[in-house]
Amino acid sequence: MASAAETVPRSRRRSFSWRRFARGAVPYALILPVVSVLGAILGYPIYSLVRLSLQQYGLFELIQHKGKYIGLHNFGLVLHDPIFWHTVVRTIVFTIANVGLTMVLGTFVALLLVRVSTWVRLLLTGGLVLVWAMPPVVAVQVWNWITNYQNGILNYVLTELHVGNYFQHDWYATTFSQLGIVTVLIVWGALPFVVITVYAALSQVPGELVEAAEIDGARPWQVFLDVTMPVIRPVLLILTSLSILWDFGVFTQPYLLIGQPAIHPSNYLMAIYLFEEGYFKNDYGRGAAISLLMLVIVAAMSVVYVRKMVRIGETE
Amino acid sequence: MSRRTSGRTVWNTVGVALFVIMVFPIFWMVSTAFKPDDEINSRTPTWFSLHPTLSHFGTAIHKPFFWVDVKNSVIVVLVVVAVAMVLSLLAAVALAKYRFTGRRLFIILMIGIQMLPGVGLVIPLYVVLARYHQVNTLTGVIITYLTFALPFSVWTLRGFVLGIPKDLEEAAMVDGSSRLGAFLRILLPLVAPGLVATSVFAFITSWNEYIFARILLNDQGKQTATVWLSYFLGTSRNTDWGGLMAGSTLIAIPVMIFFLLIQRRIAFGLTAGAVRG
Repeated sequence: MASAAETVPRSRRRSFSWRRFARGAVPYALILPVVSVLGAILGYPIYSLVRLSLQQYGLFELIQHKGKYIGLHNFGLVLHDPIFWHTVVRTIVFTIANVGLTMVLGTFVALLLVRVSTWVRLLLTGGLVLVWAMPPVVAVQVWNWITNYQNGILNYVLTELHVGNYFQHDWYATTFSQLGIVTVLIVWGALPFVVITVYAALSQVPGELVEAAEIDGARPWQVFLDVTMPVIRPVLLILTSLSILWDFGVFTQPYLLIGQPAIHPSNYLMAIYLFEEGYFKNDYGRGAAISLLMLVIVAAMSVVYVRKMVRIGETE
Repeated sequence: MSRRTSGRTVWNTVGVALFVIMVFPIFWMVSTAFKPDDEINSRTPTWFSLHPTLSHFGTAIHKPFFWVDVKNSVIVVLVVVAVAMVLSLLAAVALAKYRFTGRRLFIILMIGIQMLPGVGLVIPLYVVLARYHQVNTLTGVIITYLTFALPFSVWTLRGFVLGIPKDLEEAAMVDGSSRLGAFLRILLPLVAPGLVATSVFAFITSWNEYIFARILLNDQGKQTATVWLSYFLGTSRNTDWGGLMAGSTLIAIPVMIFFLLIQRRIAFGLTAGAVRG
């Protein structure tokens, strides 16, 4: 290992030396383990994802460990499947609803945290962290219990509050209602991360500026748009892109809450469509084609986020 | 002034109401777990039971495979955390302390992989692991979890390594330590809190994971705790809500404790870059 300080400018060291070579190799040696592990366990599956998508690969081929090349046939099947297109549209609408609710409510609660007394802030933050910690599978089971039609607490409370007669109301009767309950679960689980991150960003908003704007007679929403918004915009952008990616690929909550027996092409989301058609029906080739199409959609959506994060990583 | 005070009272009321709504499901889970069956199945709910019972916890832990599956989860989590921490600390140091060709590509990889929807890789991982007879083994799951734990840990640890003042490290080297010596004696103790926070986060994501465990582990005796919980209800007509909530509480508790411990640090690690950028 070289011991000289690394601040020596590169251009001054002209002649080749083993010491310099060794020092140049250090960062590569440091990243080598991570790169090789990821390459081995991610590179190969991605390669076989592409290969599988061009093959007829069912249960028989799985046992034989050998697929039959059929070109782009799987893609043709998927792209000509009306269920695929309905699922894409349903998932996009679902994602917009979930991300919209999460971001609007999250920003609202973060702004609320600035205005409440300290004890309320500590109470609410503590509660949010507890919610953040709930494993999704556990949250699903609790939701199951809360919304069950026989004696779920949700029906009881809604009836007692005179919202309507929800006695033995079945929340899982229609697709709209099913996905609505899933949305409530997802927004509930996603709020803590958004609130705490936006709240951290809000602490960077200069207080004098807000006060000055208020003295000048600006209305609260004007202060928000002209003073607060420019500061927290980068954080909102990152959170929105992350939420889009998560909600577009969401599986655990809808799959377990709606329940496998009630899963049906009419309530498919992208990840469930892939799971049911590829894994459950043992049609791995077609499943791989769906996966690739999904990865392409997600990659296109994440460009903004990745570019932003890479900029941060490079400047530091 | 009175307008300000009344405004604050309104906001406080909204804040407390929100707290109640957000925390209610967790409260309801724990409260149900301790309730006798007649109170659970009654049409009028009991908010706090006056006759709490531990019997549902007994049902949950004596249900087949509870201990085996919890043990499996613990093994998976420990191996993933140990391997991920060692490997990603090295890479994090490279990112934080060195400029090198290919650094940008490496960063893109680390962030890009985190963006991959896990479900998109389920099919090829299943087929590849089946080929090497790693379906139904914990090894297959551990390997799979590493793909997601590594990039996240590299990225978060990078932030913690960056936070270490350069002068400290340089001072050590002036004293005649080698770079490796400086690394071990100065950097490691300083980065330890970050290492703890990152490993707890890796712990939590592995403990909570569902879809890969569900697909890669078919034997009931080889599953993880979350899969065990997802099968709790089975196909029986009379739902044992008390047992289900007791099992849920048991599986959620370790995560909640860890999360409360590291919450401040990890929120910082995740957002520091974003806020400053």
